[in-house]
Amino acid sequence: MPEKTENLEIKLLLEAIFQKYHYDFRAYSPASIKRRLRQAQERFGCSSISILQDKVLHNPDVLPSLLELLTVQVSELFRDPLYFKVIRDQVIPHLRTYPSLKVWIAGCSSGEELYSFVILFREEGLEEKTIFYATDINPHALERAQAGVYGLDRIKLFTENHQKSGGKSSLSNYYTAAYGRAVFDRSLRERVVFSDHSLVTDEVFAEVQFTSCRNVLIYFDRELQDRAIGLFTEALSRKGFLGLGAKESLNFSAHAEAYTTFSRDEKIYQKRGTP
Amino acid sequence: MTDRRWEAIVIGGSAGALRALSTILPALPADFPLPIMAVVHLPPDKQSVLAEVLQAKCAMRVREAQDKEPIEPGTIYFAPPDYHLLVEDDRHFALSYDAPQLFSRPSIDVLFESAVDVYADRLIGIVLSGANNDGALGLEAVDREGGLPLVQSPKDAHSTAMPLAALAKCPTAQALSAEQIASFLKSQSHESET
Repeated sequence: MPEKTENLEIKLLLEAIFQKYHYDFRAYSPASIKRRLRQAQERFGCSSISILQDKVLHNPDVLPSLLELLTVQVSELFRDPLYFKVIRDQVIPHLRTYPSLKVWIAGCSSGEELYSFVILFREEGLEEKTIFYATDINPHALERAQAGVYGLDRIKLFTENHQKSGGKSSLSNYYTAAYGRAVFDRSLRERVVFSDHSLVTDEVFAEVQFTSCRNVLIYFDRELQDRAIGLFTEALSRKGFLGLGAKESLNFSAHAEAYTTFSRDEKIYQKRGTP
Repeated sequence: MTDRRWEAIVIGGSAGALRALSTILPALPADFPLPIMAVVHLPPDKQSVLAEVLQAKCAMRVREAQDKEPIEPGTIYFAPPDYHLLVEDDRHFALSYDAPQLFSRPSIDVLFESAVDVYADRLIGIVLSGANNDGALGLEAVDREGGLPLVQSPKDAHSTAMPLAALAKCPTAQALSAEQIASFLKSQSHESET
């Protein structure tokens, strides 16, 4: 059976974006990419993916908005509070033994996961000796992460999550409310390095003790998942920790052997001590 | 309705859907020839016990769908709470954490639309009892591609909003009681034995 025209158009568009702009979505999970491209097609008023491709290639202004549509991810502070509870109660005691720490939030999007980590580390007295790397391929998302501004309507949920995670302070200590927005305190960003980094095409940039990358790998095909997990494995120090999303796991990964399961329920893995 | 071309079944529902599913799914034999994929709305913080609850009543295998898992016949898959469930062309699942559709994640429309892309006219889509209008666009897509759209009849449904919205969008859909849906699906398993 010949390939459906739309699937062919999607392949060509992703190839075009890669060749011209070096953003590589070719190994993303096709069903999700198709859904997002259909939304983009509607947003840009294009009657086919081919016409969208024409726009992307000839009008560089279209790319940033398209990137936004293809990568944007809305999360919550302390999403899946039990994940953070396990980190607080079981991982932090290990991390305390290090003289200095590096934490990598891979695919940080608008920064919700990052601020959760910084607040948790501050509450546990580890912020001072930690550097946080917050990386994403979407420059607009990185700007939002750096700004740390969220709708006030989301604060109730963030606060409940924070409490369920075992929070030791009031979340309101960390933001100022103004004009319907919550602006997170700039001091939370003092130990953060924001950087453009692609799990698809870039390499490891530092040795880290904790990597958190949740709900990013589900968008990748198996091969690309393995590449990303390979990067995490290379970046983690011996006995370092890897946290994945609730429905992600190392079960089928080529790198599964490099880890032991630290928390089955919360998808936290620990790199083995010996190579 | 008696031809044997079906390759998969998608089902969606919210309030009252568990009761309908408890009528439909236990009626099917362990060797039912099609995979069944279902989205049932639940509060996002509730760990899904749907699969467990229904496995106790069903002869078919019942499980929560996993990312990248191959889709097998004779199995009932539920979308995990707070993730969209999609179908890939090579007949495996993909999960997504994209924004809720019509305030729903998992979304019935997202599952139905991606299943339509893959199975086209070999898909049966069923919208059950529910309190919002998720599923209506998805069922319309099933119909548009030549699949078979079914709706739990509003008379039979605990919450009528979802069946009514689906019938409004997809007027050609047949409205059946949960028991009629059960016996229709059951007849499909006999069809494929011959």
